[in-house]
Amino acid sequence: MSSQAAIFSLKSLAFERDDRLLFSGISVALEPGDILQVEGPNGCGKTTLLRIISTALNPTSGTLFWRGKDISQHRQDYLQNLLFLGHLPGLKQSLSPEENLQWWRRLNANNSLLSNEEVLASMGLRGYEDVPCFTLSAGQQRRAALARLLITEAPLWVLDEPFTAIDKQGVAQLEVLLKDHVKKGGVVILSTHQDLGIDGIRRLSLPLLAEVS
Amino acid sequence: MGGGFSAILQRDLLLAFRHRGEIANPVIFFFIVVTLIPLGLTPEASRLAEIAPGILWVMALLASLLSVEGLFQSDYRDGTLEQLLITPQPLYLMVLAKVLAHWLITGLPLTLLAPVLGMMLSLPTAGYLPLVLSLLMGTAVLSLIGAIGAGLTVALRKGGLLLSLIVMPLYMPVLIFGASTVQRAVDGFPVDGPLAVMGALLAFSLLISPFATAGALRVSMHG
Amino acid sequence: MWQWFHRLGSPRWFYNTSGKWLPWLSVLAAILLSLGVVWGLGFAPQDAKQGNSFRIIYIHVPASFLALAGYYVMAISGAVGLIWKMKLADMVMKSAAPIGAVLTFVALVTGAIWGKPTWGTYWVWDARITSMLVLFFLYLGVIALQYSYTSQDAASKASAVLSLVGMVNIPIIYKSVDWWYTLHQPATIRLTEAPSMHPDMFHPLLVMILGFYCFYAVALILNTRVEILYRERRTRWVQDMVLETPVSEIREGQN
Repeated sequence: MSSQAAIFSLKSLAFERDDRLLFSGISVALEPGDILQVEGPNGCGKTTLLRIISTALNPTSGTLFWRGKDISQHRQDYLQNLLFLGHLPGLKQSLSPEENLQWWRRLNANNSLLSNEEVLASMGLRGYEDVPCFTLSAGQQRRAALARLLITEAPLWVLDEPFTAIDKQGVAQLEVLLKDHVKKGGVVILSTHQDLGIDGIRRLSLPLLAEVS
Repeated sequence: MGGGFSAILQRDLLLAFRHRGEIANPVIFFFIVVTLIPLGLTPEASRLAEIAPGILWVMALLASLLSVEGLFQSDYRDGTLEQLLITPQPLYLMVLAKVLAHWLITGLPLTLLAPVLGMMLSLPTAGYLPLVLSLLMGTAVLSLIGAIGAGLTVALRKGGLLLSLIVMPLYMPVLIFGASTVQRAVDGFPVDGPLAVMGALLAFSLLISPFATAGALRVSMHG
Repeated sequence: MWQWFHRLGSPRWFYNTSGKWLPWLSVLAAILLSLGVVWGLGFAPQDAKQGNSFRIIYIHVPASFLALAGYYVMAISGAVGLIWKMKLADMVMKSAAPIGAVLTFVALVTGAIWGKPTWGTYWVWDARITSMLVLFFLYLGVIALQYSYTSQDAASKASAVLSLVGMVNIPIIYKSVDWWYTLHQPATIRLTEAPSMHPDMFHPLLVMILGFYCFYAVALILNTRVEILYRERRTRWVQDMVLETPVSEIREGQN
């Protein structure tokens, strides 16, 4: 019955590479408004799990469901609802933050009505809209990448170490963003070593190795 | 659906424009190696004219090969490639857009420069139009085939030499028909036959290569 | 469940089954090859134009056949591995590559040796030899790619994609090399056209080709078995099997 309300769920997910089992038996059901924090030591498969959720990687076994539908059957439909930010910011260094954002808008459906200028201003990048990204600091680049959170209406956010390189104020700002998103019925899955100041956060600790027959 | 295609095409052209120095490199390479031929061989016009069709085609092939290595490299390094794989757009079209941008940046300038180099190598008059026509189609085939190799080697640290190794055997039919087109024209034979084969090769690679490249990119990202 | 069966069941099943077949196949290959060699080198009549030097076709032609067929074996098993995620197919693909490359090399070397008395030079840009050379490069590319990846799974997929692309291209390459050759050279001696061959010459060749096929199968099975043992070395069945083998036998095997 809980799977009825679940908007996104993983069923007995396992991943194996070169005959080494990274994790197995991961089953999670998320409802609108959930934040799932994936945690564990380095090399335990956090990034791998998030990349599987983003469909950049195929699981060895197991199924992902979005609104009750198997993602491998309805990939395009699922991807319209997904925003994935990986380790690497995905910014073109010789383009400005504004041009990068504009490019993302053209590539994805589901864009918000906020203008690029508003978005960059609220990410603390006012005055940097038109300079090439390679002149920005690492923290500013991360902010420019995170600005994508504001231009999308996608309900599912998958963020790999989103707090890397940003300052305290930025962390607080991002936490507010996450809270606002789940308040609107969104879902967030993120990996981080940081303790988040958000109540009711759900946790998934890797490594998770179920019994293998 | 086509949004991804034009977005990628425009962005790659814009990026190329921002790095104008880099995109001139294949063309300069083409220029310089062709200059080496008379120095290493002979300045005698009649002998140069004899080998000009083959030399021009081989050098254009090498110039295209050198530039194709970077096709997906920067996208791979900054994380854009990963994003492209999970964008709700057909990967086939996105790959095609990248290859088209690559051709516009390298193949087309090489084709346009070729008559000038042909003149320097005393290419007989009858060869110019066939040279341009065959390179116009041929460099597109080279970009398409090269993209497969670039996709397969993008995640490898020293992919450049390996890329040449796996791509060059696949280049051979294009070279054969391209150089023959020019040679036949110079010898006074009709060239519509080899040109038609060239067109068929182009159509075939357009059909096959983006699929293979998309598969190659998926493999590279999983690795 | 079905997938588990495929991924883990198959290599073991193949290892056991091929173990039973291997002795018979090896004996068959040995008989056919010795029969073909004695027949072809000792009893087949001399060629009217080339004398005894033509006899190298008894190695050159079967090697060329298998070199090409081996590429298809490699590419098709790569495709099976790619589509059905069957690990055994990946192993067969990896094992087929070096065998095919060696056969191509043998075909090239025998072709060159043959060229000396026939054309007076070791290397001629003949259509057949040029195509063989391109095939050799295609093999080298697949092998090089296979060894460039650190992850075995990625290496298998990448070389499967490359060998499939190569397979699609082989007919085009062969046709274009043929066309190129007729364009540049008037037909000299067309050497290995079967119809013009006398049956007394052709029959031993047929035996040699069959022998090479059997030999190829033996080599492929042996190579695949080694690959299976290596990749499955952490599984229980391989470890059990190794433990069950008496130590004396292992020592003998090493000598």
